[in-house]
Amino acid sequence: MKVLVAVKRVVDYNVKVRVKADNSGVDLANVKMSMNPFCEIAVEEAVRLKEKGVASEIVVVSIGPTAAQEQLRTALALGADRAILVEAADELNSLAVAKALKAVVDKEQPQLVILGKQAIDSDNNQTGQMLAALTGFAQGTFASKVEVAGDKVNVTREIDGGLQTVALSLPAIVTTDLRLNEPRYASLPNIMKAKKKPLETITPDALGVSIASTNKTLKVEAPAARSAGIKVKSVAELVEKLKNEAKVI
Amino acid sequence: MTILVVAEHENGAVAPATLNTVAAAAKIGGDIHVLVAGQNVGGVAESAAKIAGVAKVLVADNAAYAHALPENVAPLVVELAKGYSHVLAPATTNGKNILPRVAALLDVDQISEIISVDSADTFKRPIYAGNAIATVQSSAAVKVITVRTTGFDAVAAEGGSAAVETVAAAHDAGKSAFVGEELAKSDRPELTAAKIVVSGGRGMGNGDNFKHLYALADKLGAAVGASRAAVDAGFVPNDMQVGQTGKIVAPQLYIAVGISGAIQHLAGMKDSKVIVAINKDEEAPIFQVADYGLVADLFEAVPELEKLV
Repeated sequence: MKVLVAVKRVVDYNVKVRVKADNSGVDLANVKMSMNPFCEIAVEEAVRLKEKGVASEIVVVSIGPTAAQEQLRTALALGADRAILVEAADELNSLAVAKALKAVVDKEQPQLVILGKQAIDSDNNQTGQMLAALTGFAQGTFASKVEVAGDKVNVTREIDGGLQTVALSLPAIVTTDLRLNEPRYASLPNIMKAKKKPLETITPDALGVSIASTNKTLKVEAPAARSAGIKVKSVAELVEKLKNEAKVI
Repeated sequence: MTILVVAEHENGAVAPATLNTVAAAAKIGGDIHVLVAGQNVGGVAESAAKIAGVAKVLVADNAAYAHALPENVAPLVVELAKGYSHVLAPATTNGKNILPRVAALLDVDQISEIISVDSADTFKRPIYAGNAIATVQSSAAVKVITVRTTGFDAVAAEGGSAAVETVAAAHDAGKSAFVGEELAKSDRPELTAAKIVVSGGRGMGNGDNFKHLYALADKLGAAVGASRAAVDAGFVPNDMQVGQTGKIVAPQLYIAVGISGAIQHLAGMKDSKVIVAINKDEEAPIFQVADYGLVADLFEAVPELEKLV
């Protein structure tokens, strides 16, 4: 079975971003960029499915700038077989990304598509669900366990009250949550090998995909800062402050 | 302008998150209709009809809508959405699961997790783990929006008297089936609705040590949460996680115990009214957002705190 994994190039999770002075966005100049953490989990899950003999081929795709080739090479080093970059200069909204992925799904005909549940830059949590809508596939979002059995996949999902398991007909879409697995690191020989794996570049135009969005970001501002309060010296003083000053207990 | 709110409900009752979402709808302005989709949800629909400010309740009662499978519920919402200016749902795991599917079927971009309403088409939402706030305008004919519940004070659950209308449509895509669920059983308040939250981090050392937090929480009538580090280390289940990728809470009092204060955690709790941090590392970033900081060994401080409150 062929597995398609989508990855996004985002600001590294350790970077504390700063809003640009003109409020047009956040400043990403000279900032470390990485693969979105949830996308790393998606790649790892696909590689584990291949190691178990469930997946036969892993195709990794990214919709993003030329530099997203770095993240695709990382995915290849982790075990993906080949890569596709749908090159888009500007930051696309989720619907445009989902449309581009739909075009890739039409072309590649995977049985399973694995995506991260959320990108840590836009924090949208939309693309997987939108791709499921456009393809008409079933969706298993926020997965903590994925088990392929025949023509179905059982997905255990992290929900607000605990865990829910659903059985989905294949082909299906899965989005990853944190506990699904712990991604491995790429070994040096695998990083070298990944340089020789195929990486195809196409454009949204060539896929016949519209990148228009109904959303427009008018401005981006820094959040209201929360200032540090006081240090108390003892538990007794803390309780006194909570009772008499903050009046919250 | 008429707004459709997709109700969140559980165990035959309207979930509190629905009340915050109706509040966001009220900020937008216009008539508010509430959709209750599920199986045997007549009672939920009656409760929803009493929510202050709701003009009409649509009830879609069908086995296909049990367990809120998105493959079945999304086409229902899409069918109804065409008569509305906005479709809103709370940014719960359920709302996040269903609404983007609705948006894509309507060929519009969704606006996720709004925290305020600037106008009927312009909203504020946090990005980059809350390190920036974006103002986003939507040109969509039907604006599809999830609502971060902590951004809006709940409307009253009683006081309204909306008409209840039955929606006959049954959508069963036949592509997914509910297998089972394991729900955490707790007598403590629900994390996102609690007035006081006590959370533990990596400093707790292991899952067993969370008993100190449970004891304190029970004394305070509080919910218990955790940082991602504590969840990743396997101390506690993921449904307790507070943070960028977990639950967003804004209680009256948040007590962070053994939590260093990574930006991803702060994203989930920094709108709390009063923050207390207990940590033995006085350099921990959590102290930069805490109203009251106590540099102490949590294994001494927490039991003492439990005795004194």
